[in-house]
Amino acid sequence: MSRIIDKTAAELAADIRDGRLTSVEVTTAFLDRIDAVDGTVKAFLHVDRDGALATAREVDEAVARGEALGPLAGVPVAVKDVVVTKGMPTTAASKILEGWIPPYDATIVERIKAAKLPILGKTNMDEFAMGSSTEYSAYFKTVNPWDTGRIPGGSGGGSAAAVAAKMAPLAIGTDTGGSIRQPGAVTGTFGAKPTYGGNSRYGLIAFSSSLDTPGPVSRNALDGALLHEVISGHDPRDSTSIDAPVPPVVEAARLGATGDLSGVKLGVVKEFKEGADAAEPGVVAAYEAGLEQLVKLGAELVEVSCPSFAYALPTYYLIAPSEASSNLARYDGVRYGLRAGDDGKRSLEEVMSLTREAGFGPEVKRRIILGTYALSAGYVDAFYGKAQKVRTLIKQDFEKAFEQVDALVSPTTPFIAFEFGARTGDPYQMYLADLYTIPTNMYGGPGVSVPVGLSEGMPVGLQVMGPVLGDDITYRVAAALESTQDVLLADTAPEISAQRFTSFDEGGK
Amino acid sequence: MTKLNTFEQAVATYEPVLGLETHIELDTNTKMFCGCSTAFGAEPNTQVCPVCLALPGALPVANKAAVEATIKIGLALNCRIAEWTRFARKNYFYPDMPKNFQTSQYEEPLCEDGYVDVVVDGKAYRVEIERVHLEEDTGKTLHVGGTTGRIHGATESLVDYNRAGIPLVEIVTKPVPGTGALAPEVARAYTAELRDIVRSLGVSDVRMEQGSLRCDVNLSLNRPGEEWGTRTETKNVNSLRSVERAVRYEVRRQSALLDAGERIFQETRHFHETTGETSPGRSKEEATDYRYFPEPDLAVMEPSREWVEELRASLPELPRKRRERLQAAWSLGDKEMQSVVNADAVDLIEATVAAGATPSAAVKWWLGELSRRANESGEELAAMRITPAEVAELQGMVDDGRLNDKLARQVIDGVLAGEGSPSDVAAKRGLEVVSDTGALEAAVDEAIAANPAVADKIRGGTHAAAGVLIGAVMKATKGQADAGTVRQIILDKLG
Repeated sequence: MSRIIDKTAAELAADIRDGRLTSVEVTTAFLDRIDAVDGTVKAFLHVDRDGALATAREVDEAVARGEALGPLAGVPVAVKDVVVTKGMPTTAASKILEGWIPPYDATIVERIKAAKLPILGKTNMDEFAMGSSTEYSAYFKTVNPWDTGRIPGGSGGGSAAAVAAKMAPLAIGTDTGGSIRQPGAVTGTFGAKPTYGGNSRYGLIAFSSSLDTPGPVSRNALDGALLHEVISGHDPRDSTSIDAPVPPVVEAARLGATGDLSGVKLGVVKEFKEGADAAEPGVVAAYEAGLEQLVKLGAELVEVSCPSFAYALPTYYLIAPSEASSNLARYDGVRYGLRAGDDGKRSLEEVMSLTREAGFGPEVKRRIILGTYALSAGYVDAFYGKAQKVRTLIKQDFEKAFEQVDALVSPTTPFIAFEFGARTGDPYQMYLADLYTIPTNMYGGPGVSVPVGLSEGMPVGLQVMGPVLGDDITYRVAAALESTQDVLLADTAPEISAQRFTSFDEGGK
Repeated sequence: MTKLNTFEQAVATYEPVLGLETHIELDTNTKMFCGCSTAFGAEPNTQVCPVCLALPGALPVANKAAVEATIKIGLALNCRIAEWTRFARKNYFYPDMPKNFQTSQYEEPLCEDGYVDVVVDGKAYRVEIERVHLEEDTGKTLHVGGTTGRIHGATESLVDYNRAGIPLVEIVTKPVPGTGALAPEVARAYTAELRDIVRSLGVSDVRMEQGSLRCDVNLSLNRPGEEWGTRTETKNVNSLRSVERAVRYEVRRQSALLDAGERIFQETRHFHETTGETSPGRSKEEATDYRYFPEPDLAVMEPSREWVEELRASLPELPRKRRERLQAAWSLGDKEMQSVVNADAVDLIEATVAAGATPSAAVKWWLGELSRRANESGEELAAMRITPAEVAELQGMVDDGRLNDKLARQVIDGVLAGEGSPSDVAAKRGLEVVSDTGALEAAVDEAIAANPAVADKIRGGTHAAAGVLIGAVMKATKGQADAGTVRQIILDKLG
């Protein structure tokens, strides 16, 4: 591969450090790619060419001065629009924040800037990260680069599509119930939801505070690990941030890439294979072929039972909307963002109502109503309270499983990217996309999705779930799986002009 | 509206049950959940940041100093300090609350089950404390364009978020029955004691007039032997005197309604300083469902027992102990000391003594002349425009013979009118005892000449008759003579 945009972030970083490429050349290549294909993909809500190139120039000057640089210095990154960026529009893909320019940076953005990664712009998503297809963006739909008639997953469809279409080598996502991993799976990219508290939430526009976790989106595990280490670590501004050493994910990804998994015990969750919770056959086939590869590398598969996982989805749809109903109360038109109906005659209450009526989309409203109901006097014990208890049971299932195994594996999502409109009519059908990813969020542990093969020509992801602060094992297993593939699935992403990519050897080698 | 009963009528028929909720702004350097300054009186919206403005993405971090202060308050109020406690969100929409939820505490307050003892009319009352919890203050809304300053009729509402996020401690009593006719005084005494305790801890300036101590007064009435009645919650009660008046008014109002066979609605009422009346606010029966749930953005707190004991050991002398010490130092009887406490004059007298006055003189001024004037003007003693140092200075001038009591009272007039210190006022108003013996002797001679019969009586040994001549001299000198000196001159001349 000769093109700059085909290289991995690790390769680009080395090229910049060693003077083979300048950051300006690299950044320009991705900006040009955005110009060329984002009219079709529509992954970006905002592109910051000047800002990205300014950072790139700083890196090039530092290289010229012979300064020591961070491991990803000069490699551009795209940031999901739910992450607050100083001076750069941040909307969470909602009309209610249209035009809002944040006066501060999220902690992870500060760290990205300190590590000198040029920020290409902000990526599209489901409004306030609520959705699994990016169809609920208040601005426009993002397409799946593998098939422009299909969804790129969600909520972080923009970040995944940007990486899949090689408009960015790296992106930041956030994962509340699967919003990094499920888009990763359906776009053939790598995505990691780190341990809750491992990465700061300060400056993440809150959806569900006890679940939201920012993490990397990339073309392979090593790139993801490099970005993971840039953004990770304790943040005194986030009370839920864990004050512990960052798990050695880069080291783990390099170890995994050697292709040796001997001594690693992987748990296969029994309940995910049964009944209504089973994935569609093509997904199962690709996933099981992946498992075979892992066994060939020396991993031992153990069937584990996590009976409470069956309740994870309904539990999630009580806890997340409850927290969201409160987190989203601040959008009232008083201090920032949209204000509707303020004609000098209407009361404050009316203006607040009209603002929220006009500013929130249907899925956001649905979840605010759900959450308000679940917290209401007389219902709170039966809904929110009960859900918290089930959440504890789910955590216990994980803890018990990790007494037996090093990590759990599953398909990332039950189905391949679906066609636009296929699941918007029935919220529950949409919610099923996160069936396998939600338990990890309820538990708080890490989970990654790594491309494992194709089904009907569309990418399939394998999920690796680890114990709290055991992010390294998830990267190791993912990198090991990648080592079995001739080429990275992500590297074979189709040209946007060629609607479909067909040359991938289904099921791996 | 039903005519009010007199207070005496009311308490003859009904028994009041009190409940007090007090909010105290802590004087930490920074706000409860961010690093913004808490200083009072800054330009609007200058002490704000993404956290206390609730910008998207901002997160709270609990202020350890505020937690420590709350534990100290809990300990001073004889509470149990929780081993496991957390914050909760209280959800409701209001423009002065940036997040549209208040970060507060719900089922797991920091401190529980304490008490405060107060003495009223020689009788001791134990006010039990249900809970002490930590939360954040709201911003301040200013309604402009209307005539009343209230939201009705206003054309615009302006919000100042400087106060939003200032740590607030809420102290809730259990219901206090059995106070009878003394309910207003018990409510006041409790509030004063609470204020003094918190002040002694040095964690708040507890200034009611600045709103750093705010009271809500709950009150219900029942006939003896019957169940407790429905309570009202009166807000905006911003002085000790108002606490007393609000209780008194609600007793009178509720008793009249009950007499007329009407029912009391559980509602929030507002107290009006000017009229001493309460008026209905939002009705609780149609009140918001606050949808409390544990705050997921903040970590659970587990104050270690070592820390709590360290704080307990660090508590300063509490007001009760201090009063015992001062009573002994000032040589006051129990009753006299109680008067000092009830007049809220302990600090004032202590400061006056510290400024050089004798305890008896300090007590005399504050409980006598100054209390009388405070009552006349309806002010708190401490709010009067005279400082303990000025009272001490005044007494010094009396001791030096530069002022007599009558002149001293005129000097007080001037000090209260803002004319300056006692010596300034005396100089400006020309209020000095005439110490020029020549002038006094001339005045005495005149008085003797004008009252020959009286002079003869004195010559005859009836010294009591000197009063007439003293009066005449005082009149002639416009009261600026020292009566003792005048008497001596008269007796010297006629004796």
